Amino acid sequence: MNKAIITVVGQDTVGIIARVCTYLSDHKVNVLDISQTIIDGFFNMMMIVDYSKSDVEFGAMVEALDELGEDIGVRIRCQREEIFTKMHRV
Amino acid sequence: MLNIMEVHETNQMIEQEKLDVRTITMGISLLDCADGSVDEVCRKVYDKITRYAKDLVSTGEAIERDYGIPIVNKRITVTPISLVGASSCRSTKDFVKIAHALDRAAKECGVDLIGGYSALVSKAMTPAEELLIRSLPQALSETDIVCSSVNVGSTKTGIDMNAVELLGHVIKDIAAATADNDSYGCVKFVAFCNVPDDNPFMAGGFHGVTEGDAVINVGVSGPGVVSRALDAAKGKDFEFLCETIKRTAFKITRVGQLVAQEASRRLGIPFGIIDLSLAPTPAVGDSVGEVLEKIGLEQVGAPGTTAALAMLNDQVKKGGIMASSYVGGLSGAFIPVSEDKNMIDAAASGCLTIEKLEAMTCVCSVGLDMIAIPGDTSAATISGLIADEAAIGMVNQKTTAVRVIPVVGKGVGEEANFGGLMGYAPIMPVNKASCAAFVTRGGRIPAPIHSFKN
Repeated sequence: MNKAIITVVGQDTVGIIARVCTYLSDHKVNVLDISQTIIDGFFNMMMIVDYSKSDVEFGAMVEALDELGEDIGVRIRCQREEIFTKMHRV
Repeated sequence: MLNIMEVHETNQMIEQEKLDVRTITMGISLLDCADGSVDEVCRKVYDKITRYAKDLVSTGEAIERDYGIPIVNKRITVTPISLVGASSCRSTKDFVKIAHALDRAAKECGVDLIGGYSALVSKAMTPAEELLIRSLPQALSETDIVCSSVNVGSTKTGIDMNAVELLGHVIKDIAAATADNDSYGCVKFVAFCNVPDDNPFMAGGFHGVTEGDAVINVGVSGPGVVSRALDAAKGKDFEFLCETIKRTAFKITRVGQLVAQEASRRLGIPFGIIDLSLAPTPAVGDSVGEVLEKIGLEQVGAPGTTAALAMLNDQVKKGGIMASSYVGGLSGAFIPVSEDKNMIDAAASGCLTIEKLEAMTCVCSVGLDMIAIPGDTSAATISGLIADEAAIGMVNQKTTAVRVIPVVGKGVGEEANFGGLMGYAPIMPVNKASCAAFVTRGGRIPAPIHSFKN
């Protein structure tokens, strides 16, 4: 399994999760977990996804989600999971 | 499973606190490029560097994108050129030809800097090493991204005072050769004592002769992250303070370790070391000086600065060492004046002096770094500064260094601007009493008694 973390930060609006999930579904990326909270007044959402069966290169997915975020007016980042697990798990 | 607060913390470090990997540096051995003809050496050097490092920049950029962590510099270090050129170079011009080959190769690979136009002369200079040192004014003024270092002493060998004396003149000549550009050439040169073989940072990085054919070394950074973490330690005791620094250093270093392993795997080149250094930039909030001030100093340079830096340096190492399988290079806290906003301010206000910086180098990871001094400072005085730093390194069995810039045409109260990450610096006053009779004695200072451990 190849896991990535997708984060969305910004103003909450209708359809953010729907649009991100549509992109992921179109490219065979499986959503494993979703959580959301408000930090410092901003909407924060985190998705853990499995991209091992994805039909696009990881780099292309990062760029496509970044563009989708610009379109919606939020910041969407997609990063491989290891940067977080390395930092927070011994 | 990861939780959203952990993910938020990591991304906050990257986006708000300027966490980055400062450099991925590929070390390449050029020992097999030696030849009887200098043109042949240049051809072999260019070919080997461009063959090994052709994918370094693109791989670095792919790692940046995949993990969402900036990798600020991609660099190359090579075997000290005084060794590679020893059998072919008969004049300073011959060595300059190799400097141009390095410059062309590095530009072809797209890297920021290439280090290793260097000589290791801690006991004495060979004719080739002396030629390389004498070629520096021309080599550093005619090339753009070649960096140079000379190791003038070690705990085991003592200090080569002939080299120290020569370097005073050479540094003045480099400054003169690049006078149009605030003597920028001196930014690309550093004199060392106890230089490490695996330093990924510039200007002092080179690929030591103890290393293999090629290696990936990574330098981490993160003074901004430590500074932000210390907000939670305000008014707390030293135990809490130290724990906070250690935990933060651990997290920063783990990112460096991940990037190093990934770069090593993708490039098919062995992982060497992580250099656990807090490396500042001139940007607000990315300052080691600010960290020291948050520890409790009104301004860096105040009494207590040396103690605070000693503690910071030690805690960074203690936190980082467990996070990486191999630690090396310089590892500690850097105090380059022109690259650190709070240091620049403290130097400009007179709170931070060269004498205080010298004391600080006894407990930090390097030495007098990126300090602009008056252009009319004598060669002997520059040699004296180098000798003092080398003595601190030799006696305390640590790395020390001097990177001073005698800015031609400028004096105390004026400012030199080096651009980008190199920053800007007020010209700092230097003690004017002469040490000429000391540095021109000739010969070497013997190794200290405690180096005889066999």
